[in-house]
Amino acid sequence: MRRDATHADARLARWLVAPALLVVTGVALVPAAATAWEALHRHDLRLPWLGTPFVGLANFAEALGDPRFAAALARTMLFAAVSVPIELACGLALALVMHHLVRGRAIARVGALLPWAIPTVVAALAWRFFFETSDPGGVGWLTRPVAAWVPIVAADVWKTTPFVAVLLLAGLQTIDPALYDAARVDGASPARQLVTITLPLLAPALVVAAAFRTLDALRLFDLPYVMTAGGPGTATEPLSLYAFVALMQRLRVGYGSALSICVFLLALGVAMAAVRALGRAAPGGHA
Amino acid sequence: MAGIALERLAKTYPGGQVAVQGVDLLIDDGELLALVGPSGCGKSTLLRMLAGLEVPTGGRILIDGRDVTAEPPQARDLAMVFQSYALYPHMTVAANLAYSLRVRKVGRAAIEARVAAAAEALDLRALLDRYPGQLSGGQRQRVALGRAMVREPVAFLLDEPLSNLDPGLRASARAELLRLQRRLGATMVYVTHDQEEAMTLGSRVAVMRDGRLAQVAPPLELYSRPANAFVAGFMGAPPMNLLPAGHARVEAPEGATAGVRPQDVLVGDGPLVGVVDVVEPRGHDTVVHLRLEGPGAHGVVAVVGGTPPAPGTRVALGWRADRVHLFDRDGDRLTES
Amino acid sequence: MNGGRVVTGAAGVCAVGLLAAPLAWVAIASLMPDSLVFTRGVAATGLSLDHYRALLAERGFLLAIRNSLVVAGLTTAVALPLAATCAYAIARLPLRGRGPLLAVLLAVSMFPQISVVAPLFLVLRELGLINTYPGLVLPYVTFTTPLAVWLLTAFFRQLPRELEEAALVDGASRLRTLRDVVLPLAAPGLSSTAILTFLYAWNEFLFALSFTFDADRQTVPVAIALLRGRYQVPWGQVLAAAVLASLPVALVVAAFQRRIVAGLTAGAVKG
Repeated sequence: MRRDATHADARLARWLVAPALLVVTGVALVPAAATAWEALHRHDLRLPWLGTPFVGLANFAEALGDPRFAAALARTMLFAAVSVPIELACGLALALVMHHLVRGRAIARVGALLPWAIPTVVAALAWRFFFETSDPGGVGWLTRPVAAWVPIVAADVWKTTPFVAVLLLAGLQTIDPALYDAARVDGASPARQLVTITLPLLAPALVVAAAFRTLDALRLFDLPYVMTAGGPGTATEPLSLYAFVALMQRLRVGYGSALSICVFLLALGVAMAAVRALGRAAPGGHA
Repeated sequence: MAGIALERLAKTYPGGQVAVQGVDLLIDDGELLALVGPSGCGKSTLLRMLAGLEVPTGGRILIDGRDVTAEPPQARDLAMVFQSYALYPHMTVAANLAYSLRVRKVGRAAIEARVAAAAEALDLRALLDRYPGQLSGGQRQRVALGRAMVREPVAFLLDEPLSNLDPGLRASARAELLRLQRRLGATMVYVTHDQEEAMTLGSRVAVMRDGRLAQVAPPLELYSRPANAFVAGFMGAPPMNLLPAGHARVEAPEGATAGVRPQDVLVGDGPLVGVVDVVEPRGHDTVVHLRLEGPGAHGVVAVVGGTPPAPGTRVALGWRADRVHLFDRDGDRLTES
Repeated sequence: MNGGRVVTGAAGVCAVGLLAAPLAWVAIASLMPDSLVFTRGVAATGLSLDHYRALLAERGFLLAIRNSLVVAGLTTAVALPLAATCAYAIARLPLRGRGPLLAVLLAVSMFPQISVVAPLFLVLRELGLINTYPGLVLPYVTFTTPLAVWLLTAFFRQLPRELEEAALVDGASRLRTLRDVVLPLAAPGLSSTAILTFLYAWNEFLFALSFTFDADRQTVPVAIALLRGRYQVPWGQVLAAAVLASLPVALVVAAFQRRIVAGLTAGAVKG
């Protein structure tokens, strides 16, 4: 069966897709492949006479034995484990409030979106300023290894709660209000309605939000860089920052690349888990 | 205007679903062919294949002798009126009407002339500067028609163009459409699920079922000599009564089905007996639902004038032999009626 | 029921207050002269624009704003057509490998930027693009296009197919249909995507930090982060810079909040 019309369309489709694909592959995938290549070689820009010999997985082996790497990895995962649930809870609360708001929805949205929209650097500086100058509790937050994480978490939660809230708001708006009416007639309290109706039906949106936030948490860079430069010492240095230090400051391209590959693998693992969870949470979810 | 020929046209979807199988159809220059059938029978798919919006998996489409099967919609010079009208919401009525001409690079003067002519014919002159969102359903339908008219195409394809109109408006719109078609001498393929609409409009009616043509004939022939039990039961309202020939006390071969139109059922006279179940007065006449006594306890619908019998009454039922349609066990027409 | 509404209203005010408070505080603090900056509470007297003057005059902060505007504007201007054509092909045209394509795009948007900074730096250096506008626009376009394609595909899919079919039957080619019918109708989706792209480019930090080093080529986030005094952090000026960096964003958010929400939720609903 001759199908010239479809063929013409298919050809056009390929032409239309080509530019975007080209740019994305060229500027993202090729460097990513280059990073992978670098990760398998020794490449120290301060020791150029050593060349770039192939060293297999030596960089990764070094990372596994590197206490700074282990610490950075642990910190990164701990940060994700702490900040994401807080962001989900706050985001849900904000979404519920915005959902039920009758008047002033526009103002609420503007106010809510501002933290998300401004540069991370600004958020970092604002919170750093607050903790440094007003020092609640006289703790000297940013000068202590563990306490220094509090301003970072606070800034992260503050900045990303609106994003989570908007995602969840969309999910809330798809829940049939008749379900709540039926529950009220059956005598269910608002708290019970939340647990038995809202949360289960919101599951797909929650998984999406959790996935996005976890991916971002694992790639944390801007906030600690500006707020603490990874300090005091390396107490607030997440994995991305360590990779950055290795690459840009210590100029160990091979090792730094291996570290950044680790970050990528971590993100990939989370993404795959999220896709699977989404497949289970709702039919016809993610791509 | 041109003749359209469909040869063994078929469409099977990648999932295996068969929409149209082996349709042969000839549409004469200048005729209005109504394509009718129940939901899912393939009539819309057939129309869309004609338009080029669906690609057939088998068969050919010829317009004026030219094989257009492989050609995209743009090359076919057919105009289509969609069920939802599909007016461009961001363009004025005038721009909607002119769009196809602009695309084909018709000269400005010619565009203005044609748009004015269509606006005149469809009483749209006052609406030319409005946007579709500001129009009523009837007005939008006229714009959709005008958009097709302006192109002076080889043929018009209409996909249930009146089904979104209020019932009152539908009758007058139908008459308008018929008048327009006659005036333009336009070839039209008109898809509808309303058999009454098909009967009123078409010079010929093609009845479809499960992707196949059940019968193609002028309306009256469809009504008086249906080729099979399906067409018999589909055309006419209330639908024809269909019973096993034996239960209808009709001479016929084994396994035959007898069909009698409600209008041909004689209430109060005949060899059968039935009990009146429900009575629906329609003003001019009354639809009477009865249940036959005897094997099968079939439901029979009759249309009577005058005073109908009350529910629960036992009445005699019968019909003239020459009013009975007979169908064999495959459903095809048996004898002359 | 009225009690419920009051509670919600109060909660709304609290929530918005909590979210906006730090920004308001920063704004107020930026207007206070240095001597008062380290005291808690706002002194109504003593508001001044000193920090702003110093920032703009001495630090050439205006340059940073100009750089950010150019980079963000160019990024949006390039990424949008790129993404729109790609999204239309995915949404409406017969395309093999649609799934893998979307998956690849999604994967790119998940890349830790740190993974591509080094090789990208080397390539850009080879091409002489360090410290230039294209040197930033190119990576920005790359990392905003996937999300833009996702969002626009969702928006295009929501348009009624019959409108495009009517245009085809009217004789318009696919590209013409895209231009005359699809794009005008997708305007809300396009503007949502444009806004999100612009915000990303305006706020981006790591690439801007890595690919520019001249003070007069820096974008706003980098310029703020690198504000250093000789003996201590010039907080007044830093806060003033923060306010200036946030003002355009605040205006955009205020003007387009509905579009932003629509953009984010379209992405969410479609996964």
